[in-house]
Amino acid sequence: MRIAGLIVKRLFYAAALVLAVLVLNFLLIQLAPGDPADFIAGQMGGVTQEILESIRKDYGLDRPLLEQLWIYLKRAATGDLGYSYYFNSPVVTLVVSRIPATILLILSATVIALVLGTWMGVMAARRPESWFSSLLTVFALVGYSAPAFWTGMMLIILLASVIPIFPVSGMYDITLKTGPLGHAVDVAHHLVLPSLTLGIIYIAQYARLSRASMLEVLSADYVRTARAKGLSERVVVFKHALRNAILPVITVTGLHFGHLLSGAVLVESVFNWPGLGTLAYDSILRRDYTTILGLLFFASLMVVAANLVTDLCYRLADPRIKSSRG
Amino acid sequence: MSDKTTAPGHAEITPPQASSPTREALAMFVRNRAAVLGLLLLAFVIGATFAGPFLYRVDPFAVVGAPFTAPGDDMDVPLGTDHIGRDILAGLIKGGGPTLAVGLSAALITVFIGVLVGALSGYYGGFVDEALMRFTEFFQVLPPLILAMVLVAIFTPSLATIAIAIGVVSWPATARLTRAEFLKIRELEYVKAARTIGANDKRIIWRVILPNALPPLIVSATLVVGVAILFEAGLSFLGLGDPNVMSWGLMIGSSRQYILDAWWSITFPGLAIFLTVLSVSLIGDGLNDALNPRLRER
Repeated sequence: MRIAGLIVKRLFYAAALVLAVLVLNFLLIQLAPGDPADFIAGQMGGVTQEILESIRKDYGLDRPLLEQLWIYLKRAATGDLGYSYYFNSPVVTLVVSRIPATILLILSATVIALVLGTWMGVMAARRPESWFSSLLTVFALVGYSAPAFWTGMMLIILLASVIPIFPVSGMYDITLKTGPLGHAVDVAHHLVLPSLTLGIIYIAQYARLSRASMLEVLSADYVRTARAKGLSERVVVFKHALRNAILPVITVTGLHFGHLLSGAVLVESVFNWPGLGTLAYDSILRRDYTTILGLLFFASLMVVAANLVTDLCYRLADPRIKSSRG
Repeated sequence: MSDKTTAPGHAEITPPQASSPTREALAMFVRNRAAVLGLLLLAFVIGATFAGPFLYRVDPFAVVGAPFTAPGDDMDVPLGTDHIGRDILAGLIKGGGPTLAVGLSAALITVFIGVLVGALSGYYGGFVDEALMRFTEFFQVLPPLILAMVLVAIFTPSLATIAIAIGVVSWPATARLTRAEFLKIRELEYVKAARTIGANDKRIIWRVILPNALPPLIVSATLVVGVAILFEAGLSFLGLGDPNVMSWGLMIGSSRQYILDAWWSITFPGLAIFLTVLSVSLIGDGLNDALNPRLRER
C-alpha cells in the first residue's frame, strides 16, 4: 500500500521537527543572558554551589558548543529534559503528568466549537441573506476580538458569582467524597466554563468557515440532483452537502492545535485548571526555565502529533486526495 | 521616468486618475458601515490615548482612593479603584499607548519577516523555497504563546522584547500568504516583461511583484495588529508584561485574584482591549471587501 510508505515518510519528517525543537531549546539555554548553569537551575530556587557544579559536569558546560549539544540531545533521548528544582521533580514526569488535563480541556473545547460552529454555519448557509447570517458575522468578530482570558473572567463573574451555577476554579472538589461516576460528573461540572471559554474563539471561526464551504457545496450539481430526486431538505443538507462541506473545517481544526494550546495556557491560568497552562504560568512566575523549556518541547510534540493525525485522517476521509503533496 | 515601466496602471499606490482601483476600493470601504464604525472606534481609542493624559492628569500607579471603590461611588475616581486604590480610568487612558505601540511594532516585525521569507520563497522557488518553507513549518509547530512566553521570560520583559517575541512567533502565516501571492504573480506577463527589459531580481521582487501583492497583505497586516494586541494582553496577563509600564493586560493581570471583589478592575480594561481589537478587525474586514472583491465571504 502507498499509504504505509506515506506514513513512514511523515513519521520521519515529524522526527526531524522534534529534533529541531530540541536544538532550539538548547540554543535558547545558550542565548540566555548569564551563566547557563544558573539558567538550568532556575533563578528563584535556593540552589547551592554543589548543584551548580553537578549541572556543569552533567551538561558538559566547559566543553565546546557542539559537544554540549550532543550531550544535551543524548540526555533528551533517554528522557531526561532536566530537573525542576522548584517543583522538585524531573521535568519530563512533571510535564507529562499535566498533559491529560490539558487534552481534556482542548478536546471538549474543540467538540463544543465544532458542533455549535458547524450547526450555526449550516443554518446561516441555508439563508445567506437572513438576520441570523449577519448575526453570525458579528458573533464571529466578537469571539475573535475578545481576549480569551477576559471572556473567561467575565463568565466567572456571570456564571460562578452572580448566578452561581458553576465552580469558580479547579478541576474537581477535593472535599467531595464520591465514587468514580460522581468524580466524573464533578470534573465535567468544573469543565463547562473553561471549555466554553476556549471554545468561543473557535465556534465563530468554524461557523464562518462551514458557512462559506456550505454555500459552495449547496450550489454543486449533485446537491441539485439530490433535491430533484425529491429527497427531503434535511437529508440533502445534512447527509449530502455537509459531508463534503465539513472537510475544510476538519483540516483547520487539526491545524489549530498549536493555537488551541496557546489559548489553553491562558484559559487554564484563569480557571486554575491543573494542566500545562497552569504549569507554564507557575514556572514562568518562578523563572523555572528548565520546566518551561520542557513544556515548550512537549507542546510542540503534541502539535506535530496532531498535524500527523489530521493529515492522515484527511487522506482517509477524502479518497480524492492523492499523496501528491507527499 | 523608469518607474513607469514597472507595472502600468497597477503599481501606483496614490495614482492621480479619477477612477483608479485605489479610489474604487476607498469608495467601497466608505460604503461599508461596519468598516467605518471600526475606523471611528479606532480613532476614538487613539484620540483618548493621545489626548487623554492631558485631560485627565492622574498617575495610574498612584494610590488615589480607598481600595475596591466601585464605579460611581466616588466621583473623583469615576470608574473606581483596584485592590491597591489605583484609579482605573487613569490606567485605561495611560495603558492604551503601550498596548497600541507594542501591537503596532509587533505587527511591523511580523510583516517584515513574513514578507521577506515569503517573497524570497515564492520568487526563487526550488531549493530556496524548500528550505524556507521547512523553516516556516518548524515555526508553525511551536505553540505561539508558549514560545513567546519563553522568549520574554528569558530576555526579561520590556516593551521591546515583548514586541520582538510576538513578531518572532507570528510571522509564518504572513510568509505563507506572501509566498502564495508571489507564486501567482511571478508567472504574469508584466513580470516577464520586466525581466525582458533587464530588471534584476531585487527590482522585480520589491518594485514589480510586491506592489501587486499588496491588497491581501494589507488586509492580513491589519488583522495581525489585532492579534498582536491580544498577544500583548495575554503576556501581560500572565505576568510577562513590563511591570513599570501601565498596559491594559497588566491591569487585568494584577487584579486577577480580586475578580469576585472588584469586577470593574477587570471588566473595563478587557473592554478596552476588546473594542480596540474589534475596531481593527472591522477595518480589516472592510479592507478585505474593498481590496479583494472576489474573495468576499472568506
